[in-house]
Amino acid sequence: MVAKRIIPCLDVKDGSVVKGVNFAGLREVGDAVEMGAAYSADGADELVYLDISASREGRRTFVELVEKISRRIDIPFTVGGGIASLDDAARLLGAGADKVTLNSAAVADPALIGRIAARYGSQFVVCAIDAKQVDGVWRVMTHGGTRLTDRELYSWAREAAERGAGEILFTSMDHDGTKGGYPCAVYARLCDSLRIPVIASGGAGSVADIAEVLSAGKADAALAASIFHFGEIPIPELKRGLLARNINVRI
Amino acid sequence: MTAIIDYDAGNIRSVANALARLGEAYVLTADPAQIAAADRVILPGVGNAAVAVEKLRERGLEPVVRRLRRPVLGICVGMQILCRDSEEGAARGLGIFDAHVRRFPDDPDAKVPHMGWNRLAHCESKLLQGLPQGSWAYFVHSYYASACPDTVATCTHGGIRFSAALHYENFYGTQFHPEKSGDTGEQILSNFLKL
Repeated sequence: MVAKRIIPCLDVKDGSVVKGVNFAGLREVGDAVEMGAAYSADGADELVYLDISASREGRRTFVELVEKISRRIDIPFTVGGGIASLDDAARLLGAGADKVTLNSAAVADPALIGRIAARYGSQFVVCAIDAKQVDGVWRVMTHGGTRLTDRELYSWAREAAERGAGEILFTSMDHDGTKGGYPCAVYARLCDSLRIPVIASGGAGSVADIAEVLSAGKADAALAASIFHFGEIPIPELKRGLLARNINVRI
Repeated sequence: MTAIIDYDAGNIRSVANALARLGEAYVLTADPAQIAAADRVILPGVGNAAVAVEKLRERGLEPVVRRLRRPVLGICVGMQILCRDSEEGAARGLGIFDAHVRRFPDDPDAKVPHMGWNRLAHCESKLLQGLPQGSWAYFVHSYYASACPDTVATCTHGGIRFSAALHYENFYGTQFHPEKSGDTGEQILSNFLKL
């Protein structure tokens, strides 16, 4: 049986890892390649690197960083942040990325998912969705959770899958950064409505939270940042805790 | 020197990087003479098997690969196209491994693609020497090679036990990605480089 995956997420700005709580108050936490290698040695199943540089120079630095990561890291890694075209995706694939994650650009141009999937395969395309509940409806947000759109979570996730996304990475903006746990019922409904894997992101504060989203929430993987970066929950401890709760993880 | 066949069928960068980490000299090439002269050959591949095998044929490489007598390792779709045939695009393979490649059935409890880490059950094989039973490997695929006499490792997804690794004479294949499978993968590639 395929194992549930644990995925540290590293936000990168100008080549260094930073992590903001609720996307504000960024602070630098370490070297991107070394942190990835350390997570891999610790038992991370995959890595996600998100480029949050705004400048053209920052973007160039990121492609160079992806080359360095690829030379060093021997587990799969996904990159994202600012990918808006087939060319952007091609550059990152050429640099050695295993997958790309699309977010705002896919909402603006849903056909982009299909263009990238047709050229490089669905396994290469992760559709990231940020959403928050507004009057009882889960509405999709873009631009790092700053812009509310008219799209609704479940229908957008289905459309992304139909267009060729190989995985959905869903973050609840209501839970991200709170460490109060995940909206498990929302994840369970999302997973039931899709045939592709779903990665849960944002809200984990404890091993029990992650165990819940991987069991009751039916998610295939859990992604987190600060709980790993600041050593609050070391990955080996997390995986032992999950295994003790009968969740199939790679140890 | 190891030749990595560069036939525009996937991410060859990671395979090259994995060899570099092991200190192995390699060349990325579609040149028949270079491939025939290499000590070992790796045939990578992701995406669609029918497209991949067509790209191999377009470059005139099918007979070149077939005639190789030195160790050859097919990875993922590179392994699948060394099988008899594939349901994907009704592709005819090179028929080196005696396996048919089929699509995983729809099953709510076993998502397709089979993506992530799964355990290997393996038998005696030079390629898999030194690996404990139940070693974890990284898979990404929607089609699988049936178990056959050439199977040297199996893996199970949604109740289907399929070929995770194959071996026939000088030809080896892995459905998983050794270049992305951490220490397990490193051991396998290092075994391959010693063949």
